[in-house]
Amino acid sequence: MDNSHQAYGQLMAWKRDHLMTLFIWLAALMVAGAFLWLLGDLLVHGATHLSWSFLVDAPENAGRAGGIGSIIVSTLLILTVAMLAAVPLGLATAVLLTEFISATSRFGRLIGMSLDVLAGVPSIVFGLFGNVFFSVYLGLGFSILSGGLTLACMALPIFINTAEAGLRAVPDEWRAGAAALGLSRGAALLHILIPAAAPALTAALLLGVGRAMAETAALIFTSGYVDRMPSSLMDSGRALSVHIYDLSMNVAGGDANAYASALILIVLLMIINGIAQSLSEKLLQRRIITA
Amino acid sequence: MTVIEKNVCCTPSEMSSEAFTLGPLQLGPPCCDPEPHIQIKNLSLSYADKTALSGVSLDIYRGCITALIGPSGCGKTSFLSSLNRLTDMIAGCKIKGEILVDSVNVHAANTDVQALRRRIGMIFQKPNPFPLSIRRNLEMPLKEHGIRDRYVLSHRVEKALTDVGLWDEVKDRLDSPALALSGGQQQRLCIARALVLEPEILLMDEPCSALDPLSSAVVEDLIKSLRGRYTVVIVTHNLAQARRIANYAGFFWMQERTGTLIEFGRCQQIFEAPAHQLTAAYVSGARG
Repeated sequence: MDNSHQAYGQLMAWKRDHLMTLFIWLAALMVAGAFLWLLGDLLVHGATHLSWSFLVDAPENAGRAGGIGSIIVSTLLILTVAMLAAVPLGLATAVLLTEFISATSRFGRLIGMSLDVLAGVPSIVFGLFGNVFFSVYLGLGFSILSGGLTLACMALPIFINTAEAGLRAVPDEWRAGAAALGLSRGAALLHILIPAAAPALTAALLLGVGRAMAETAALIFTSGYVDRMPSSLMDSGRALSVHIYDLSMNVAGGDANAYASALILIVLLMIINGIAQSLSEKLLQRRIITA
Repeated sequence: MTVIEKNVCCTPSEMSSEAFTLGPLQLGPPCCDPEPHIQIKNLSLSYADKTALSGVSLDIYRGCITALIGPSGCGKTSFLSSLNRLTDMIAGCKIKGEILVDSVNVHAANTDVQALRRRIGMIFQKPNPFPLSIRRNLEMPLKEHGIRDRYVLSHRVEKALTDVGLWDEVKDRLDSPALALSGGQQQRLCIARALVLEPEILLMDEPCSALDPLSSAVVEDLIKSLRGRYTVVIVTHNLAQARRIANYAGFFWMQERTGTLIEFGRCQQIFEAPAHQLTAAYVSGARG
């Protein structure tokens, strides 16, 4: 009697373990599968339209024909403006939160709460805010500058949260060691803390870039629709995501080029990812060496 | 080697030392007439809600090794951190009383903390070399204190590494990561990093407790060789070690839920003829 009970219990435990393993594998496969499907779909529909001229030519016939040269330039300009604005501001805020005030202080909690709220604000609301504040109030109009600054506001919360976590992960022993040597806080940050947090800061930058590149709604209101090659930051410029949205929703017969543009968007993200990673590694080798 | 001032704190055999690059021994004053380097007057230290230390008064003598012993949690580390104002980094930490280093009031509002910490080096329990190369671990603090001349920099790096007995071990790999060194080497590098700024006082918070016995012995010998050149204050849980290296010893204990200094005196006296019964119980291993 006892023996059969025991055997039954063992069988159930075996079943439970195997079911759990199976479930975990299935879940992982589904995640990977979804990504591969997406990529495969893009490749099948978009790869045939890719050519050098597609990358450099201007769009024609509302994007049905021609290339996306001006779109890529606008996208990169908007991204550059966004990151040039977001990175210094975000890094300064993260440093303030980790090194200068306590996270449990009233001010620290206030900033943390505002960031959480900002991170949850829908992008369309950022678009309206950017339109009212940058385009109209500051008189920047529909321009790459307006769009970039709006994206900076959107990317800030995620950038700050990730950068803050990275700085907090730097061991306190190094802070104490630096202080005990009579180093100023600035020197400790510059020589030890920021380089030590470089991988996390790169991750923060990439998350910010990802958020900015994927953004459509906020840009429609701020950097606009114009698909000409921009001649200055005050020109309107169409971002890749806006272009894809327009081609697939508003332009009959634009699907093929929408696929091709989406493929370019993904490739662009991967290139930026790769550059950022290798820059961060170079920085690590030069400034910071761990065992 | 020139010996400045007569010394009775150490026996002559301990004073032997060949070709030490730090220059002449500045041996402590005779023990019958010790010269205070740090004077602590009625020091109390409290964190947000609890008092960690109260009513501590003692003089720390120049050129001598002073060991602070006592059980965990009785404020020894807090005491040590208050000497170089590292307590400033702890939010809500309040200090009452007075600490004078050569008549400079450490906790006065107008004290130049960076200059003070340059005079008072600190070694931590866990070796904490920066994640830089061995060379940059030593050069970076020097550069930050305004020393830019490349010849001076490399000379002082070599000198400090020689002083801690690390030069021969690392001279061929100065540009490799400091974190690749063994634990004992890392701790000696941290001592070198403190010495490179040419401080007068070294604070050590259980510098051997995270090391294996062999590395621990090497570091202990190194600390012993600092006697007479620096004023050393060392917190240790290793009573045998305190007895081997210290000239003076202070015994801390919890009383009425706050740490306090029970007894302070010559090391030999604390261990062999303690005046207080708590000290006697602690050093004999009956309590603590």
